[in-house]
Amino acid sequence: MQANSDKAIAAGKAQSKAALASGDYGKLAVSGWRRENGRVGVRNHVVVLPLDDLSNAASEAVANNVKGTLALPHAYGRLQFGADLDLFFRTLIGIGSNPNVAAVVVIGIEEGWTKRVVDGIAKTGKPVTGFGIEGHGDIATIARASYAAKEYLHWASELPREECAMSELWVSTKCGESDTTTGLSSCPTVGNMYDKLIPLGIYGVFGETSEITGAEHLAKARAATPEVGEKWYKMWKSYQDDVIEAHKTDDLSDSQPTKGNITGGLTTIEEKALGNLEKIGRKSKFIDVLEPAEAPAKGPGLYYMDTSSAAAECVTLMAAGGYVVHTFPTGQGNVIGNPIVPVIKITGNPKTMRTMAEHIDIDVTGILRRDQTLETAGDALIGMIQRTANGRLTAAEALGHREFVITKLYRSA
Amino acid sequence: MVVVEDLRAGTDMLGLITENDTTFQLEAKADIPIGHKVALKDIKAGDTIWKYGEDVGEAKADVAAGEHLHIHNMKTKRW
Repeated sequence: MQANSDKAIAAGKAQSKAALASGDYGKLAVSGWRRENGRVGVRNHVVVLPLDDLSNAASEAVANNVKGTLALPHAYGRLQFGADLDLFFRTLIGIGSNPNVAAVVVIGIEEGWTKRVVDGIAKTGKPVTGFGIEGHGDIATIARASYAAKEYLHWASELPREECAMSELWVSTKCGESDTTTGLSSCPTVGNMYDKLIPLGIYGVFGETSEITGAEHLAKARAATPEVGEKWYKMWKSYQDDVIEAHKTDDLSDSQPTKGNITGGLTTIEEKALGNLEKIGRKSKFIDVLEPAEAPAKGPGLYYMDTSSAAAECVTLMAAGGYVVHTFPTGQGNVIGNPIVPVIKITGNPKTMRTMAEHIDIDVTGILRRDQTLETAGDALIGMIQRTANGRLTAAEALGHREFVITKLYRSA
Repeated sequence: MVVVEDLRAGTDMLGLITENDTTFQLEAKADIPIGHKVALKDIKAGDTIWKYGEDVGEAKADVAAGEHLHIHNMKTKRW
């Protein structure tokens, strides 16, 4: 028994049809939140951010007290040092600074490092406050932090959406549980979207350093200048030498291609990498190589970020870099989401569409049946990015996928 | 070539070359799972396997046109 369902679904789909039909992508607008630093967000989270593993309990208690706030528990933050500590702070500060976050309450075991995160996020101009547990205990800290979180929530819940240009969005990409359908349909769909939107001024980013192996010559050739190409190759080579060669047991330590990739028909890392690279389309060249979780600083365009190919780590790093919407092609059906960034799932695998459609936002199975073109698939994705920015919850959001996974470089002291 | 539905040996396949939108026919010589590759021509052990116009590995055994091409008969040249 159902009533009025089809009408509601059709209304959502109709929204972006006119602009897409005209091919004038520059006219596409989204309704987002313009933050204090001018960036456009598409979600309006009040985040309770633990500095360290010890502060997860208090952070989750605050989010339980104040409905509508979002705790981001994680496993790290103690006895890290050097480049690993730098990456840790860059990740936490980047997540708090992301335009999808309206305000942040930071809770840490002590006040020194807590203040470092607060000060980093405060540079965006958004409201942020921190609390140390030592000298107060969990219960008093939870009470103090809950009052602050409640005030932020009232404030954020009254912030109006405003019309912004689609070109102001920062859109990241990474694929997962790839198979032969991703390289032939869902990845080139993302590439088609980038070919259309990057010339308009969006920021794009791709990464997955281990999965470029096999296509490194092609990736290097997609750098905007020889200098950027050399910077990229140096990053890739040091990953090969310091991580893969130093620790390997077999082909990429029996992890690349993954078991799921092989079930899906992929055979070698070269085949996987070439399909992966389809995500950046035909036209764009990347203008800089970012450290993990580093925010791009060279203006609009496509960037490369040095990331793991593990889905939750990669999407978390891109979110920390400031990206507000993620496009995720999948073949065998990766179910990943992110707590602050909507992750749009695209598949061209008919079996995945039959068996796990609830995880998929865009069905591009028509490409391999020859009844859909890459052009129309790319437009469907652009339409879905627009609807997602306007508030449509993704499949991952609806199903509660909030994977927040910090990348760690080496073991703690 | 990649198959887009599970196939039984003996199936007369319709192949599509996406690059130029042309088609061809080929008979499957083995059961081929969805997403897996079929050899388009006879391949000898040691031959390079091409996909996307790039070298993606080499054959480890002879593979006849229409047979299943996967990790049992091809491997990266890298390791």
